This record gives sequence, C-alpha cells and structure tokens, in this order.
Amino acid sequence: MFEKALVGGRGYWAWITALLAVACAGAWAYGAQLETGLGVTGLSRDITWGLYIAQFTFLVGVAASAVMVVLPYYLHDYALFGRITILGEFLAITAVVMCGLFIVIDMGQPSRVLNVLLHPAPSSMMFWDMTALGGYLALNIVITRVTLEAERNGSAPPRWIRPVILLSIPWAISIHTVTAFLYNGLPGRSFWLTAMLVPRFLASAFAAGPALLILLCLVLRRWWPLRIAREAIASVALIVAYATAAHVFFILLEVFTAFYSQVPEHVRHFTYLYAGLDGHAALVPWMWVSAALALAALGLLVVPGTRRRESTLAAACAAVVGSIWIDKGLGLIVGGLVPSPLGAVADYVPTTREILITAGVWAIGAAMVTAFFKITAGVRSAHR
Amino acid sequence: MSAGRRVFLRMAGRAAVATAAGAALGCAAGLPRRHRLGIAIDVRRCIAAGGCRACIDACHRAHNVPDIRDVRHEVKWIWKEPFERAFAAEDAETITSALRGQPVPVFCNHCDNPPCVRVCPARATWARDDGLVTIDAHRCIGCRYCVAACPYGSRSFNWIDPRPFVAEPMVRYPTRTRGVVEKCNLCEERLADGKLPACVEACPERAMVFGDLADPASDVRRVIDERYAIRRKPELGTRPQLFYVI
Repeated sequence: MFEKALVGGRGYWAWITALLAVACAGAWAYGAQLETGLGVTGLSRDITWGLYIAQFTFLVGVAASAVMVVLPYYLHDYALFGRITILGEFLAITAVVMCGLFIVIDMGQPSRVLNVLLHPAPSSMMFWDMTALGGYLALNIVITRVTLEAERNGSAPPRWIRPVILLSIPWAISIHTVTAFLYNGLPGRSFWLTAMLVPRFLASAFAAGPALLILLCLVLRRWWPLRIAREAIASVALIVAYATAAHVFFILLEVFTAFYSQVPEHVRHFTYLYAGLDGHAALVPWMWVSAALALAALGLLVVPGTRRRESTLAAACAAVVGSIWIDKGLGLIVGGLVPSPLGAVADYVPTTREILITAGVWAIGAAMVTAFFKITAGVRSAHR
Repeated sequence: MSAGRRVFLRMAGRAAVATAAGAALGCAAGLPRRHRLGIAIDVRRCIAAGGCRACIDACHRAHNVPDIRDVRHEVKWIWKEPFERAFAAEDAETITSALRGQPVPVFCNHCDNPPCVRVCPARATWARDDGLVTIDAHRCIGCRYCVAACPYGSRSFNWIDPRPFVAEPMVRYPTRTRGVVEKCNLCEERLADGKLPACVEACPERAMVFGDLADPASDVRRVIDERYAIRRKPELGTRPQLFYVI
C-alpha cells in the first residue's frame, strides 16, 4: 500500500522535499553532537535533561492519545469514529518513532543502546518504558496494516485483530503511566514526586494528542479525500474540551498543594517556573504563555458555538497543543531539575544546534504523518 | 505410599512458596549487609583547616577527574559546599555560627538504598556486597537517569571529552570518554590494594575516618557512637553511609 504515498502533485513533493531538507539539517547537527558530545547542547551538570527528553515526554502523550478514538470505536461501537481511528493510530506510530529518536539522541553513548537489552534491569522504569513503547509500536503497526488492508478490500477486518485492538487500549494507558513513573519515583525531586503526575500526564495527553489529530484532519482533508465526517471531528473536539479542563484542573490542584502547605521544597519549583528564582527567570514568559493559551483554548472549547465552528476549533486546538507542549515539555522537565538538589538555580537555554536536531526529528515525524495520511486517502479514493 | 508422596509434594510446594516469598521479601526489605563501608567526617576539624583542598586534589588526581572550569560542564567527585547547602537549608537559624556558611566536603554517600542503582536501565551502576556504589563506565549508555535519581547531586556527566582537561594522567586509573556518568567510587581500586581512600589518607587534619559500619568494633562506628553525627537528607530513605560529626 506504500505506493500510494508515492503519487502526488507538485505541492505534495515540495512539502516532502522541504521536510527532508530539515531532517538532513538535523542529521548534520546531530553529527556534530556525536563528534563532540552533548556539550553542544544547553544542558549542564545540574540541568541534565532538556529539550530532547521534553519532546519525548510530550510525544509519548500524543502516542497514548490514540486510545481516545480507538476506545469509543471498538469498545462502544461508536461508528462515527470509523474513519478517524486509523489516523489516530498512524499518529501514534509516528509519535513512538519520534520518541525513540529523541531517546537515542539524548544518550551520551548511543552506540551502547543495546546494553538495555543485554543487561535488562527490571528495577528501572526506563526498562519498562522501553518495553511498553516497543510493544505499543508493534501493536499499532499490526492494527493499522490489517485494518487498512481490510478497508482497501472493502471487507471486514479479520476477527483475530479485535483482541489485539482491545489489548492496545490498556497498553496506551500504560505507556504514559510508565513514562510518568520515570519521573515520579525519584526521591529528592519534589516537583515530580507526586502520584498526581500520572493523571496529569494522561489528561494533558488526551488533550494535546486529539487536538493535534483534529488539526491534521482539518488541514489534510482540504486536499485529500480522508472522508471524515464533521460530526466525528466535533466528537473528538468534545474529548479535547473535557481533557483540557481536567488538565487545567490538575495543574491548579498542584498549585494549591504547594502554596497552601507552603512546604519550601514544593513551592520553589513553581516559583522558579512562574516568577523566577534568585534572578533566574528564563521560563517565566513561556509558562505564562502556556497558561494563557490553556485558558483561551478552554474558553473556545467549552462554548458550544466556538467549539463547532471549524475556524475557532482549529485555533483552540493549536492553543491546546502549544500550551501543553510548553507545560509538559519545557516546564515539567526543567522545572523538576531546578533548583538542583543542592539548591542551585540556573537557567537552561537550548542551543541552535539542539533546536536544529529537534526540528529534524519533527520533520521526520511530519513526513511520516503526511505519508500515512496520504496512503489512507489513497485507499479511500480508490474504493468508493 | 501415595499418601506419603502427597504429603511430600505438599511440603515441597510449601517450601518452594516460602522460599520464593522469603527471597522476594528479602529483596524488598533489603536484608542488612554483613559489611557496610562508610566514612565519618569530623566537620569542625575540617572547617578549622580553612580553605584546605587536600582531599579534593588527592581524589581528583588519583582518578583523572578533569579540571573543567566551565560550571556547566564541570565534573567533580568530591567538593565543598556551604554547610546549609549540604544540610538543613530550611533551618539555617538552628545552625551554630561555627558551622554557618562554612564549607564541608560532599561526595557520593554510597547509600545503603541507592536510588541511582535502582533506576539504571543497563545495570551499569550497582552496589557491591559491602555497600560500595560503583559504575562501569564502559557499560554506561549516558542516559543520565541516575543523575536525576541522586538526591545529592553527586554524579557528573561528561558533556565533553574530559581527557584534554586531565593535566597529568594517572596511568593506574582509567580516564573516561565523553557521554558517560562518573562519581566517587570510594577508591575501590585502592581498597583492593589494602589502602585507605585517597581523601581519607590525604586529609592533614585526620578529619575523615573510613571503615566498616557494620562492625561494632570499627573506628568509624566508634566515632559515630561517641559523637553526634548527621546525614544528608535521611528522610528520603536512601540511608547514606557518609556521617558528618558536628
């Protein structure tokens, strides 16, 4: 079926070429990082994780969010999602591949990545995260391949695929739960050391992922016959509305616990993020932009009129993605590492090279999503 | 006959279950170690020596620790922190003026319950039977999960190639490559030769006492039994094996 991704007009090929050019630029920048080490990034002794791990965390959420279209369709026979479910699964595949790339890029010794398999460490949450993500990728590759083939042949998918799809539902929850466990099981990192991190991760994932899916559908169906009903998009929008509300609510719960208890270890991280600490305030404008975007999006999503109108829905979805990208990416990772265990406060500013590498991975992801949606559209236009 | 066999099987089954449960509990609860290496630091003696760097220099020379001046990329095994940064940051007012703001040596605590070991996805860092927490720099994948897990900031990552920053490489100890984590190894290479850790040996004030904390007759145990000692962040359950006698 891949041949369907190879037929397209000049605009299609220009887009793919542009993405590959960015990916090549990223690969070139990564070559420099391989050569001289992670010192080319803005990371430091105290702020040891940054942009790469932030993208990883955000994208695990995008991957997990496929469950928001899979679950209604397969568990509740919500027929409206019939044509959007596979797109959610394709988005999940792309996100997991990007996660893998970001993890390898963040490694000091990427050539030793197989040590994780040669010396498996079940006590490490990273081991379980790898297992969960690998399994999720395999599940979604099998599911999309089988269901799209059935759609092409105009037949019902084989019966054996249903239990596989049902398994992918709890599996989706598990990938983001384990990703939260990566952080919230660490003593001495009080910003992360809360069970709340798991529901926060899930809520933000179920907001940002489906919001991204809506944006992709709204844009790509202008050119390609994706045949997605307006009502399907409206239903996904409702999911985004609820999840965004839960996400904002959960952040406020954290703020209450920190500031009412006034336990300094908990207050400090929030102070650093939203007001700055010891003269360091690099993230403050970002965090307030994130908060403003979240509230604006929530307004647009809660009011039925603006949620249904596609222009305002698109704006709301873009705001949700932007807000959560900042909050879960930059804020969550850097905010958890500053102040350091010894109370040191420093700022983290990614370098150009680091941003270029990150952009390269996103370009690869964009190219993958484009190809997947094109294949789906190709199948749907051939089969009327 | 068959009744006898049934009884035997039942007993064997119970024994297997009990063994498995015992092993699981033993792992979870952490049976006490027979030997537990640690150091007691006499903080007042150390402070009395003022800006002394003997322990730092001895350690960093012995282990080819690079002298990188850029604080973002610096690698350190042992260094000094103001007392209230190492301890009780929230309760500075209870610290006697003799200690307030004074530098105290900090390094890996060789925790009895080390979170860094728990999180390592490649088993590249582990605790020996005597509690010494060490790293295999050749196995480390450089993911820095252990750095995030350490509540003491004791681990350094090699952001750049450290070798140009080692002035006089010590042939007896390996240098590291970029992209791996390193930290104090309690001089496991010197212990193997029957020597004391370099910092302990180098201290002109004899402010550090090394030994087996599980041995009631050891010097280090005696120091802690006789005088008031504190540990860094004991509330986290990591059970540090560095004791600061104050």
